Amino acid sequence: MATYTAQDYKKGQPRWCPGCGDHFFLASLHKAMAEIGVAPQDIAVISGIGCSSRLPHYMATYGMNTIHGRAAAIATGCKVANSKLTVWQVSGDGDGLAIGGNHFIHANRRNIDLNMILLNNRIYGLTKGQYSPTSPRGFVSKSSPYGTVEDPFRPAELCFGARGHFFARAVATDAPGTVEILKAAYNHKGASVCEIMQDCVIFNHGTHDGIYDKTGRAKNAIYVKHGQPLVFGENNEFGLVQEGFGLKIVEIGKDGVTIEDILVHDAKCQDNTLQLKLALMGDGDGFPIALGVIRDVEAPTYNDAVEAQIEEVKAQKKYHTFAELLETNDIWEVK
Amino acid sequence: MNITEKNSVVVRFSGDSGDGMQLAGNIFSTVSATVGNSISTFPDYPADIRAPQGSLTGVSGFQVHIGATQVYTPGDLCDVLVAMNAAALKTQYRYAKSDATIIIDTDSFGPKDLEKAQFQTEDYLGEMGIDPDRVIACPLTTMVKNCLADSGMDVKSINKCRNMFALGLVCWLFDRDLEVAFNYLKEKFAKKPAIAEANIKVVQAGYDYGHNTHSSATNVYRIETKNKVPGRYMDITGNKATAYGFIAAAEKAGLKLFLGSYPITPATDVLHELSKHKSLGVTTVQCEDEISGCASSVGAAFAGALAVTSTSGPGMCLKSEAMNLAVIMELPLVILDVQRGGPATGLPTKSEQTDLLQALFGRNGESPMPVLAATSPTDCFEAAYEASKIALEHMTPVILLTDAYVANGSGAFRLPNLAEYPAINPPYVPEELKGEWTPYMRKENGTRYWAVPGRQGFEHILGGLEKDDKTGAISTNPENHDLMTRKRANKVANIPVPELEVLGDKDDAELLIVGFGGTYGHLRAAMEEMRAQGKKVAMTHFRYINPLPANTAEVMKKYPKVVVAEQNMGQLAGWLRMKVDGFCPEQYNEVKGQPFKVVELVGAFNNILNK
Repeated sequence: MATYTAQDYKKGQPRWCPGCGDHFFLASLHKAMAEIGVAPQDIAVISGIGCSSRLPHYMATYGMNTIHGRAAAIATGCKVANSKLTVWQVSGDGDGLAIGGNHFIHANRRNIDLNMILLNNRIYGLTKGQYSPTSPRGFVSKSSPYGTVEDPFRPAELCFGARGHFFARAVATDAPGTVEILKAAYNHKGASVCEIMQDCVIFNHGTHDGIYDKTGRAKNAIYVKHGQPLVFGENNEFGLVQEGFGLKIVEIGKDGVTIEDILVHDAKCQDNTLQLKLALMGDGDGFPIALGVIRDVEAPTYNDAVEAQIEEVKAQKKYHTFAELLETNDIWEVK
Repeated sequence: MNITEKNSVVVRFSGDSGDGMQLAGNIFSTVSATVGNSISTFPDYPADIRAPQGSLTGVSGFQVHIGATQVYTPGDLCDVLVAMNAAALKTQYRYAKSDATIIIDTDSFGPKDLEKAQFQTEDYLGEMGIDPDRVIACPLTTMVKNCLADSGMDVKSINKCRNMFALGLVCWLFDRDLEVAFNYLKEKFAKKPAIAEANIKVVQAGYDYGHNTHSSATNVYRIETKNKVPGRYMDITGNKATAYGFIAAAEKAGLKLFLGSYPITPATDVLHELSKHKSLGVTTVQCEDEISGCASSVGAAFAGALAVTSTSGPGMCLKSEAMNLAVIMELPLVILDVQRGGPATGLPTKSEQTDLLQALFGRNGESPMPVLAATSPTDCFEAAYEASKIALEHMTPVILLTDAYVANGSGAFRLPNLAEYPAINPPYVPEELKGEWTPYMRKENGTRYWAVPGRQGFEHILGGLEKDDKTGAISTNPENHDLMTRKRANKVANIPVPELEVLGDKDDAELLIVGFGGTYGHLRAAMEEMRAQGKKVAMTHFRYINPLPANTAEVMKKYPKVVVAEQNMGQLAGWLRMKVDGFCPEQYNEVKGQPFKVVELVGAFNNILNK
C-alpha cells in the first residue's frame, strides 16, 4: 500500500482571513488524511456554502463545493451510489444546522458512512456577520442588534436526538486533538459528527476564548478517552463522578476521593445518557467543555445495508437483466 | 344472440374506491389486448384514500377504449358503463354516450345508498333520465353471495369479489374468452389459491348470467382485430414504462441506476417500481424531502451512476436549486416531472401540462436544460431511455415531462429488444489526457469530459461557483463567465434531436394542429376525425421541447392556419412564439384536470378552420 504525506492532499492557496480557524482545521485534515492513508483518488470531500465550505478547493482529492445546506444530502447520494469512496462532508454551523438541518439529522438517523465535519464559529461569516443557529441567546449581531431572542442548537444534542452513533469535538487550534478525532471518525463506520470549535476573527472573535489555547483548555476543557477516568485540570486534579441524575466535579485527594471513584468514560455505551451529559457540559455551568470522542457506537450503516439487500434480492429473484425483467410480466403474443 | 361488429368500444368501470374497479378494468384490458385489440386506458380515481363508502367523492373509475384498429385515446364517452353503486351512477353517467348500455348492481341502490348519492326519489333512473331498456339491472351482490355461499369465506371477502361478477358480465357482452382472465387471476393470487378460485368462479357466474338471461340487454359486441403488429406484448402504465426506460438505459450504459426521490402523487409509482428491482442492482433512496431527492441524485451522478430524481410539479419547485447545481457542474441527471394540476397542491391526482415553462425557465440564472415530453404510456419507455442517453452523453441534467394522464394510463407495450436500442456512451475522460486534463475541457461537440472518482490523476473539485474555462478554478472574471454561459447554452442547443414529423395532409392542410406530450392521442384522433369529415388537416407533435427540432420554424410557417392545443394557458404557444420569428398561432387551451375530449377538439378546430 502506498504511503502518503500531508502534502499529497494539499492543493491551492487558502483564501480565508488570516487567523481564521479554517486554516488550522485544514492543516489537521491534511495530516489526518495522510495518517489514514486512503488514496486521494478514493476520497470525495463535499461541502455546502459558507466560508468553511471553500475547503474542498484546497484538497487534492475529488470533491464538490455545492449549494447552501445540501452537503449532507449530496454526500449521501455519493456514498450510497459508490460506497468505495471515503466521503468527508464539510459544513459550517449555518450550512449544517440551519438551512441544512434536515439533511444533518437524516444522515445521522440513516447512519450513512460519512465523516461529517461541523465547523462551528457560531456566526455567518460569508454573509458578513449574522447570528447562526449556534449563537447564544442574546447574541448581538448585524441581524440581531438588540440581541437574539432564541436559544441555540447544541450540535451534540441534535446528533443524539437523531440517533447519531458518533460524536466528537475538538478545538481548531488543537492539532493533535483534531487529528485524533478525524481519524476516529474515519475508523467509525457510519455517520460520524465532528464538531470543530473555531474562531471567526472578523465577526465573532473570541467566541471560544476559554478553550482556544493550551492554557485555557487545561483549565476549561476535559479530554475524554474511552476506558479512561474522566479527569481534568492543570494537574488532572479534578474528576467527574455521577450524582443522582447528573454529574458532579470532585477534587481528587480531597474528602477521601480517589482516582478509583472517578467515572470511567465509555464511548461505546449504547445508552447515550451520560455521553450527552458530557457533551453538554461547559455551557456556563461551571463544568469543563468535553473534547475528544464522546460517543462511538457500532451500528449497521445504511450503505452497507443497501448493498446487502441488493445481494440478498439478487440471490432470491430469478431476473437479473432487463430482458429477464420483461418476462416477469403477463405477456401475450399477437401472431 | 345478436352480435354486432364494432370498430371500437369504450367501457367504463365505476364504483366505490374499495370496489376493485381498477383491477376489473385492468383484467378486461388485458383480455382484449390478448386477442390483438388496440387498447388505451385511463384510471380516474379520487384524491381521498378512502372517502366514506357510497359517497359521491369516493367514486373510482377506470375507462378503457378497445379497437379493431389503432385507438389513440381512452375515448371521450363510454358505450358501456358499469356502476357498482348509486354514487357511481350519479357521478359517472355524464361519461356515458346517450345510447350506452348501463350495468348496475340493484343491491347497491337501497334507500341509504340513494340518500348518500343525493338522489331525491327511488326512481333513480327517471331522475337521471336513463331509458330502463338500456340498463342491465342485476342483483349483483346477492348473486355473488349465492355463488360463494359454500366457499367458507366471510361476508367481507365475498363482497370483495363483486368486481369480478361485473367483469364476467362485460366479458360476455364483448364475447371474450375467459381463459385469459382466469390465468391473470391465477397469477395475481398465486399465493392465495382459494381467493383465485373464488374470483374465477365469480367471473364465470357473471358471464353465465349474461349468457343465460340474455339480459334484456341489447347487444353483444364483437371487436375484430385488424392491422395487427405481431409480437409479444404486455400491458404497461406510463409510470411503469418510465421506470423500465431508466432500467434499460442504465443497463445499456453499464451504470448503476440511482433514484433519489420523495413520495408525491402522481409520480410515486416510479419510486415503487424501481424499489422492487434490486435484483437488477437498482438503488433507490426515499429521501427526507424533495430537495434531498435531487441533491442525493447529484451526489450519485458525481460518483458515477445514472442518477434520476422523480417528482411532480410542487416537488420540482423544491428541486430547482439542486437541478441548477447539475447545470453548472455539468453532471448527468434526469429529473422526471409527472405533471399534475397546479398551482401549489392544486389537483394532485389530475392531469395538466402546466409545468412546461417551469421546466424551461424555473431556475435562477441562465440555466439551459434539455426538456422532453412523453406522448403516451408506452412512449414513456422510449422517452425515459432517450432522456437518460442525452443526460449521460451530453453531461447535462434533462427534464422528462410526463403527466398524470399518461403516467396512470396504460397501453399494449410491444416488448423491446434492448440490443436494437442505440448505444449510450458517456464521455469518460481518456486516460491519455492525464496531466493536461481540467474539469471543463470539452469534446468537439461542447460536452465536458466525465472523470468519475476513483481514477488516479483526475482528482478535481466541481461546485456551484462559476469556474474558469481553462483551469477549472473558481473564477469571477467577467469574460470567463460570459464564455461559460455561452458554452453551457451551446452545448444544450447543439444536442441533436429528430426533426418534426407532420401527419395527415402534410402538403395541403389548411390547418396544422400542434401539441406536445400526453395530448398526442387526442390530437391525433381529432385530426383523423376531421379528415374523415373531408377537412384538410395536418398535425405535428413535440416530444423534444428543448432544443426544438431544426425544422420547427419551417413547419410552423408552412400552413395557412396553425392551432397550438395544450392543457395549460398557452405555454408551448409562448415558447414557439419566442423561438419562431413572427409566429402567431391560434390557441386551444383547457385546464380541467381531465384529458381532452376529441369531440370538443374537433368542434374547436372546425371553428378555427371556418373563421
